[in-house]
Amino acid sequence: MIALKNVYKSFGDNSVLEDISVFFEQGKTNLIIGQSGSGKTVLLKSIIGLHQIDSGEIIYGDKEFSRMPIKEKKEIRKEIGMVFQGGALFDSATVEENVMFPLEMFTNMTKAEMLDRVNFCLSKVNLENVNKLYPAEISGGMQKRVSIARAIALNPKYLFCDEPNSGLDPKTAIVIDQLIRELTLEFNMTTVVNTHDMNSVIEIGDKIVFIFEGKKWWEGNRDDILTTENKELEEFIFASDLMRKFKHLKVDL
Amino acid sequence: MKIFYHIGRYFILLSKVFSRPEKTKIFLKAVVREMDNLGINSLGIVIIISVFMGAVITLQTAYNLENPLIPTYLVGLTARDSMILEFSSTIVGLILAGKVGSNIASEIGTMRISEQIDALEIMGVNSASHLILPKIIGAVLINPFLTIISIFVGIFGGYLATVFTGAITPDSYIYGIHYVFIPFYITYALVKTVVFAFIITSVPAYHGYYSSGGALEVGRASTMAVVYSSVLILLFNVLLTQLMLA
Repeated sequence: MIALKNVYKSFGDNSVLEDISVFFEQGKTNLIIGQSGSGKTVLLKSIIGLHQIDSGEIIYGDKEFSRMPIKEKKEIRKEIGMVFQGGALFDSATVEENVMFPLEMFTNMTKAEMLDRVNFCLSKVNLENVNKLYPAEISGGMQKRVSIARAIALNPKYLFCDEPNSGLDPKTAIVIDQLIRELTLEFNMTTVVNTHDMNSVIEIGDKIVFIFEGKKWWEGNRDDILTTENKELEEFIFASDLMRKFKHLKVDL
Repeated sequence: MKIFYHIGRYFILLSKVFSRPEKTKIFLKAVVREMDNLGINSLGIVIIISVFMGAVITLQTAYNLENPLIPTYLVGLTARDSMILEFSSTIVGLILAGKVGSNIASEIGTMRISEQIDALEIMGVNSASHLILPKIIGAVLINPFLTIISIFVGIFGGYLATVFTGAITPDSYIYGIHYVFIPFYITYALVKTVVFAFIITSVPAYHGYYSSGGALEVGRASTMAVVYSSVLILLFNVLLTQLMLA
């Protein structure tokens, strides 16, 4: 589990996060949602330590992360898998080398053991016969899947995904969502997904945190969210025609 | 005042760069790869430039020393010492600052904006050390060889010039390149090469590592990297010359 207590973050005079307190549960897909510019990417980057928070606490398990010495932070980071918005695969390395990278860096596995693990991770994300291809030679959806495979290579306790569906067609986006959910359940990870995709919210939102103007505005699950009376959240969720129709359909049902 | 900010940040980055690699085997592999990327891949341009530089120095010296009181073998001596003292280390350094420097800044800058550096950090890898240290060590190890090759090729270029133009006799040129050879000049050239290798890898790496935004900023970082590396090479050329030859 990951707990945030009274987290504040600002850049100069611009306050981006204000008094965020959240609890992300293990074995569940926790979503951070919000409009562009609401502060959700800063929140995610603060949780994983890419931004230093101004005040508050970020607790992994029972360890306070934000003020930890770098050596201890590195140990926690080995338990973290991250899927970036653009995949962040190493351009100069093949798919196989990308997934193998954390294994080479942090394990004493033999080459054969590493290859087995790479193939296992790639099979988990339904990728075959792409080992020798470079990121530029595969589609965006496949790049996201390779990124997930790399993220789970070291059996992480925590999985973070920054807008994993951005730039993907709806069908591929659903595949990615389902993959994240399946892997979370299978490996009992604490998964935190940053998204503004409403399909993801309905598909995989075990726990949802709505960020509005840098503050935690609402917290609940995918069932609660459709019946919310929170004005800002309602405006965010039912911004599209399709979602408004869906809302009425639910009411009719 | 911004210059002090950059100098401070550059040294903070260097303190991160010079830390123990995560895995020695991976580090050594990366060093060899960088020696190939930054050194061996630059061999062609170094040879082309050196042969023409050697030829031009020889011809210019020969045409400017048309005095019966000055022995013609001094043309060979001038070509040799010019190549050793200045051209093979400094001019090749400046050319590599353009070729290698822009390459390093754009490579690391692209990794920064495409979040590949963030990915390394999140995995618990010291990204600065992992990406930059092999480049610095690789260049520091391979560039002295490039300089030695440049010296030989440049002197050979001068010889070719004497053969094909007849500005002086080839025998006189060969006598000149053997005349009053000071071995310390080689040490001086190699020390300069090592310092320049450090500059042309660490300065562009700094510009790439701290680039932000998009392709435009990476391009700008690449340009800045070449400009600053070149200026620093010229500055350290003066400092090292005063320190070592005065």
